[in-house]
Amino acid sequence: MNVDYQRLEFPYARCADQDLAEPARHRVIVVGAGPIGLTMAIDLARHGVPVVVLDDDCRLSAGSRAICFAKRTLEIWDRLDVGQRMVDKGVSWNVGKVFFQDGLVYSFNLLPESGHRRPAFINLQQYYCEGYLYEAAASLPNVEVRWKNRVVAVAQRPDHVELTVETPEGSYRLQGDYVVACDGSRSPLRAMLGLETRGRVFRDRFLIADVRMSAGFPAERWFWFDPPFHRNQSVLLHMQPDNVWRIDFQLGWSVDPEEERKPEKVIPRIRSLLGEDARFELEWVSIYTFACQRMDRFRHARVIFAGDAAHGVSPFGARGANSGVQDVDNLGWKLALVLAGKAPETLLDTYAAEREFAADENILNSTRSTDFITPKSEVSRRFRNAVLKLAMDHPFARRLVNSGRLSVPATLAQSTLNTPDGDAFAGAMVPGAPAADAPVRVDGRDDWFLSQTGGGFAAVVFCDDGAPSPETASTLHSLAQQAIPVEAIVVVPALRDTGAGAQPGVTVVEDAQRMLAQRYDARNGTCYLLRPDQHVCARWRRLVATRVAAAVARATCNP
Amino acid sequence: MAATLNIEPNIAAPDEFYEALIETHRDLAPEQSELVNAKLILLLANHIGDLDILRQAMAHARAGIATTDGGPTGSANAPGVPRGGERKEAS
Repeated sequence: MNVDYQRLEFPYARCADQDLAEPARHRVIVVGAGPIGLTMAIDLARHGVPVVVLDDDCRLSAGSRAICFAKRTLEIWDRLDVGQRMVDKGVSWNVGKVFFQDGLVYSFNLLPESGHRRPAFINLQQYYCEGYLYEAAASLPNVEVRWKNRVVAVAQRPDHVELTVETPEGSYRLQGDYVVACDGSRSPLRAMLGLETRGRVFRDRFLIADVRMSAGFPAERWFWFDPPFHRNQSVLLHMQPDNVWRIDFQLGWSVDPEEERKPEKVIPRIRSLLGEDARFELEWVSIYTFACQRMDRFRHARVIFAGDAAHGVSPFGARGANSGVQDVDNLGWKLALVLAGKAPETLLDTYAAEREFAADENILNSTRSTDFITPKSEVSRRFRNAVLKLAMDHPFARRLVNSGRLSVPATLAQSTLNTPDGDAFAGAMVPGAPAADAPVRVDGRDDWFLSQTGGGFAAVVFCDDGAPSPETASTLHSLAQQAIPVEAIVVVPALRDTGAGAQPGVTVVEDAQRMLAQRYDARNGTCYLLRPDQHVCARWRRLVATRVAAAVARATCNP
Repeated sequence: MAATLNIEPNIAAPDEFYEALIETHRDLAPEQSELVNAKLILLLANHIGDLDILRQAMAHARAGIATTDGGPTGSANAPGVPRGGERKEAS
């Protein structure tokens, strides 16, 4: 039962495509079986699109790497039925503490309100995350993962992409209607297409030390600026499953990375934090540098870039893997509609536009964090230290402290897929916002609102009368019959009597605590249209079939 | 309409203010004074709150000061100092 995901090896297996005289044609080929590629494959497969995943290696993540998975990422994985496993294994946390020199500056709670299924974050080693995603992907009949399949050439054709793939038994060609490049920050596909990624490279090195120990630290994110045990630099401590702790030391630019990797250098650094008599084992050591950069465009004809291949950020804020998962959440339903002939190819350009916008937001946040954490000039350091000193006593200054603005999903307010508001609304659920969760009851059981949505478009109608009127029911029924069906979700304060809302094709959600209505600024009759990726794309004070149909057309680039 | 930085006389007792400012730094080493100044800027900026006003003040403060490498000087007429976090070349 206890699988050692760090050491798992997946055998290379010859596939039928390698014996064909002409290249086999597939719908979508995903390059890279990391967290982003595997999430992409699962999402597409669940939309009914067969996927081939190519990976040049035969193992999961070497080392814990991306350990912080954000609430929105967990919600996306919930939609794909892999979230619970991640949360069960992961360490949930909401609280962060910031220290300066030898004192606590303040602590913050990333999820101060209740009524959400998922915590602000879980910490989970990337190899568990990839292992669970791989097992979920492998259980789907229309996903095929090919290990030890390295793409060595790519050619764009008018109606497909042709890849040349090298295997231990020689090379073969295969074709895909589309290729999704999830092949990481050094993206070989990007290089093969002669494309660039541009931005700011930081001249700083960081040491990751994962140690195994029984420690009394709580499951919180602890961040030190200039601590006595590591003067003039920053240190970050995080709890992982299996009694593993991530310690991240800023080292500066001048150090020798080969030297710093050696246990005789690493162990004294850890002892200075934990104390001379601390007992621990070194689990994994890595030295990293980073850049904040992105490709100018994420879509290049039939090759679409996602995750680190498309954009890079500093690690402060956990915006790398989390934004990559949001990329493929955005892309999956669009690719599925285009491949089904239900939307024009221009819908794929909105993937690029929306996620380029999100990447800019992530890069901006992560660049600002980096400049606060690692000041680039003397005056910058002085202001930083003044902020930290003031923050001990003054709440205003705490809001200036930036130890990483932790990943939250982008609100795609500028997206052309949104139908602008015609009616007045308050609150955060503007068109483009990722839908907020809330506790509800379904079929008499406690459940969560987001679990009722996703995968397809959904019309969420608030009916304070306890059941939809016959007119509302008939409108919802007609919307469910369209070429791009709209699922019906009826929100009632409480069921009038059992079975009152039991109409075929309608999910009735009891908002017993009225938290959903409050978070969506809903009144009787209010209707929200959610996209398959659970983003709001339109809302009205009254359900009108023609308006919903027009909003679905707009959200899918249909005339 | 965006608010405008008040650069007309606005301190009722200018000499008292100035004396208090210098007094704040009495007996401090230059290093300590720099910390006090930084804290003072942050406190006043928070009191003002309006980022448009703060940007105008930053531009005024920077105007006419040449960089040591002979680069361009700031200008009080500029709409504001460069925005932080813009994508820059490697530095």
